Amino acid sequence: MSNPRVALFATCLTDTLYPETAKAVVRLLERLGCTVDFPLEQTCCGQLHFNTGYADEARSLAHRYAEVFEGYDYVVAPSGSCAGMVRETHPGLCGSSVPVERTFELSEFLVDVLGVTDVGAYFPHRVTYHPTCHSLRMLGVGEKPLRLLRQVRGLELVELPQAEQCCGFGGTFALKNAETSTAMLADKMRCVQDTGAQVVTAGDNSCLMHISGGLSRLRTGVRGIHLAEILASTEEQPWVATP
Amino acid sequence: MGRNPVTWLGSPVFPKAAHTALADTQLRANLRKATTTIRDKRASAVAELADWEELRRAGEAIKDDVLANLDTYLLRLEESVTARGGVVHWARDAEEANRIVLDLAREHGADEVVKVKSMATAEIGLNEALEAGGIRAVETDLAELIVQLGRDRPSHILVPAIHRNRAEIREIFRREMSEAPVSDDPRELAEAARRHLRRKFLSARVAVSGANFAVADTGSIVVVESEGNGRMCLTLPQTLITVMGIEKLVPSWRDLEVFLQLLPRSSTAERMNPYTSVWTGVTPGDGPSRFHLVLLDNGRTATLADEVGRQALRCIRCSACLNVCPVYERTGGQAYGSVYPGPIGAILAPQLADDPSDEQAASLPYASSLCGACYEVCPVRINIPQALTHLRAKVVRNKGGRNPEALAMAAAAWVFADPRRFEAAQRAGSLSRLLTGAGPIGRLPWPGSKWTATRDAPSLPKESFRLWWRRNRG
Amino acid sequence: MGSAREEILARIRAAGAARPVTVPREYRRERRVADPVALFAERIADYRAVVRSGPVELIGECLGARGVRTMVVPADVPAHWRVSGVRWLVDDDPPLELSVVDGVDGVLTGCAVAIAETGTIVLDAGQAQGRRLLSLVPDYHLCVVRTDQIEVTVAQALSRLDPLRPLTFISGPSATSDIELDRVEGVHGPRTLEVLIVDG
Repeated sequence: MSNPRVALFATCLTDTLYPETAKAVVRLLERLGCTVDFPLEQTCCGQLHFNTGYADEARSLAHRYAEVFEGYDYVVAPSGSCAGMVRETHPGLCGSSVPVERTFELSEFLVDVLGVTDVGAYFPHRVTYHPTCHSLRMLGVGEKPLRLLRQVRGLELVELPQAEQCCGFGGTFALKNAETSTAMLADKMRCVQDTGAQVVTAGDNSCLMHISGGLSRLRTGVRGIHLAEILASTEEQPWVATP
Repeated sequence: MGRNPVTWLGSPVFPKAAHTALADTQLRANLRKATTTIRDKRASAVAELADWEELRRAGEAIKDDVLANLDTYLLRLEESVTARGGVVHWARDAEEANRIVLDLAREHGADEVVKVKSMATAEIGLNEALEAGGIRAVETDLAELIVQLGRDRPSHILVPAIHRNRAEIREIFRREMSEAPVSDDPRELAEAARRHLRRKFLSARVAVSGANFAVADTGSIVVVESEGNGRMCLTLPQTLITVMGIEKLVPSWRDLEVFLQLLPRSSTAERMNPYTSVWTGVTPGDGPSRFHLVLLDNGRTATLADEVGRQALRCIRCSACLNVCPVYERTGGQAYGSVYPGPIGAILAPQLADDPSDEQAASLPYASSLCGACYEVCPVRINIPQALTHLRAKVVRNKGGRNPEALAMAAAAWVFADPRRFEAAQRAGSLSRLLTGAGPIGRLPWPGSKWTATRDAPSLPKESFRLWWRRNRG
Repeated sequence: MGSAREEILARIRAAGAARPVTVPREYRRERRVADPVALFAERIADYRAVVRSGPVELIGECLGARGVRTMVVPADVPAHWRVSGVRWLVDDDPPLELSVVDGVDGVLTGCAVAIAETGTIVLDAGQAQGRRLLSLVPDYHLCVVRTDQIEVTVAQALSRLDPLRPLTFISGPSATSDIELDRVEGVHGPRTLEVLIVDG
C-alpha cells in the first residue's frame, strides 16, 4: 500500500497526559510510509461518559468523532479501549459510519493493514506485555502486539503470568470501587514483578497509567511504556525518558 | 405486593460490602483457589468441542425465541403438564409463590420438606417463608446444606459455599451433625452429608425443586445435578413441587441437545454432570403421584420489557461468569447482597428487584471493570458488559443531574464538545485531574484521593500533544 | 389462580419482546468416530465408573469381585442375568418396600441409550430398567450396556429417547464439586457405578 492517508486519533488521555505516545505513533507511521494527520477538532470518543452511564453525552461525542474523521482512509488510535468504543459502541449510538469502520488500534493497523511485523525498532530492554481487556476481548487483537514486539531488536520479551487478567483500571471503576480495583492491581503488579522485566508495555495508556502508577508508588523501578513508544524507538533515535 | 427479596434487605452498597470482603484473607484465599481450579477445567472441557461457538449461537437464539414468544410457550407448557397429570400454578411475585408452596405442603400433611438446590426458591426466600408457616425446609445439596447449617448466606450460583474451605466445613458439620465427620477430607465430608440426610430422603413426603429446563412441547422438566440428592427428592416423596422462573423454557425436546452440552461444560467443567433427571407430569408406579409446577414471574416480565436488559433472561445459571470474574474473585459473592452474585447477578438482581430507590441494587452495575471475561465464557452469549453500561445509564437517569458525579460529567461533556475548551482545560491542568480522577501533584481531595491512595498520578507534561502538533506541524 | 395467570400473560404481551427469531443449528448433531464403544468405555471410566466388556456372564464375576450377596433387579431383566451365588430380590407387583431396596448390596439394570462422547448411560424405565429409585437407592449399580445402544453424540442419543418417559442420565457415580470446586466421587447416589458392555 502506498502512502495511506492516516488520521491519528490520539485519544483525550494520551493527548493530554502522554504526548510522547502520540509523537511516537506519528514517527512510527511516517517511518512506515504513511501520511499522518492530526485533525485538531478531535477531542474524546465518549467512553468515559458511556461506561459511567452517561449515554446521551457519549452520543454527541460519537457524532463529533464521525464528523472529524470523515474523509480519511484510516483512523489509528494508540488505544484498544478507545478503538473498541468507536467500533463496538458508536454504531449503536449514532449509526455506523465510514470512520467507525476504518478505525484501528495501532497493532491491528500495523499488522492487518500495513502488513508489517518488523517495524525496524530497537529497544534493548527486558519487557513484559499486558494485553488490555478491550484490545483482547472487544477488538480481538490477539497475538498482534506480541508479533510486533518479537521483531524488535535488542528486546527481551518475557511472558507475563496470568496476562489476561484485568489490571483493575476500568475507568471510573478505579474510583467507584477503588479497593477492589487496588486488589486487582496488586495481583497484576506481583505478576509483572515476577517476570523481572524492566518495562511493562500495553496498547492502552489508561491501563498503563494505573499499573505504572502502582509500580511507581511501590518504588519498584519497573516502568510502564506504551507499545507505540517501543515500536518507534530505533538505534538512531532511541527511546528516552521524558523528564 | 411485598418487597422483592432478590436482594437482601440491609445489605450495604457494593463498595462497602467489598471493603469487608477484601479484608478477609481466608475468604480471598478460598475464592482464589476455587475459581482458578475451575477456570482451567472449563477451558479444557470447552476446547474438546470444535463446534462450541455454534452451540453458543444456537443456545442464544433458542433462548431469544423463548423470550420473544414467552406467552405462547408458557401456555403450551401448561397444557402439556396438565395433560400428564400435573397441576400448574402461576405466581406474580415471591409472596404469592411462597404462599402456594406453603399451602401445598400443608395440604399434604408435611411438617418438613426436602429440597433440591434451586435458585428460584432461594430468590423468593422460600425457606424462611416455610419456616414462618411452621414447615422445616431441608436443603439436600451439599453446598446448600453447608450454608444452611452454618446459618450463612450463599456466595455462588453453583457452589453456594464456595467461600468456605474444607476445614471450615468440617467445623460446621461437627457443630451441627449428630455424627461428625472424622476429618476434613472432602470424601469424609460428603460421607457425613450422606449419613445426615439419608433418613430424611427415605421418609420425606414432600419435595421442592427448581428446574433447569422445561420443554414446552412435551411438558418435560429437567433437573441437572451431581450428588443424587436431586434424584432422591424427585423420585422418593409422594408429592413434588417445582418452582421455576417463567424464562426457564425451551420450545422443544430437541433443544436440549444444545443445553445439555453447554451447561455441564460451562458450570462444573464436565462433559456431562453425573445425573440429569427428566420427568413429565406423573408416571404411575414410578416417582411422585402428585406434581405441582409453580411458574414464577417475580420481576421477570419487567426485565423482559427492557430491550437491552432482557438478555439476562437467557441465563442458564451455569456460573461460568462468576468463575472468571476478577471482581468476584476478590470480593466473593456475598458482597453482591443477592442470591445472584457476580457479573450475571450485577445485571439480573437489579432488574428483578425493579426498585429505583434500592441503592444497593443500583450499586451492582458498577461492580465491574468491564473487562469482558464474562461475555467471553457465557454459553448463551449474554453481553454482560453491554447490559452493565445500559443499567448504569438507568441508574444515572434515576439519580437526576444534581449530584457531584453528574455535574462533573456534564462539565466534561461541555469541555469535550469543543476543541478550544478542551485545549484550554489541558493548559489549566484541569483535564488531567478529570482524566485520572487525581491530579499532577500530591494527594488530592476526593475523588482524586481514591486514585492517589495507592497509585501515583502521572506527572503533567510540559505541553499536550495537540500543542506540540500545532507548533511543529500545524 | 386465574388472575395471576392472566396478569403475567398480559405483562409478557405488553413487554414488546415479540419478534421473529431463527435458530442457527450449525453445530454438529452427529459425529463419526472410529470406535464408539471404545470412546464410551474411555469416557465413562474417566469419571470413575468401573468398566468391563465381554459376555453377559461376566455379571457373575463383577458381583463376585465385590463380594455382593443381595441384589435387586427389575422384574423384566433377562433370566440369565440373574447368575447363581447371589440372592436376587425382584421388584415386581407389589413393588419392593423402600427399606428393602435401601438394604441390598446393589442393583442390576440395563439401559435405554448410552452416549459415547460424554460417557453417559440413560435409563428410561423401560425394558430391564425398572422404577427410577431402583438405580438410585442401593450403593452399587451394575448396568449392562449393549453395544447397539451406544450413540456418539448427545443429539443422537436424545433423538432415540421418548421425553414422556421418566429419564435418568447417569455419567459416572454420584459426585460433588461443592468443596473448593474440586470433584470428589460419592455422595447420595450409588458410590460405585459399574458398566458391563456386551455385544448386541
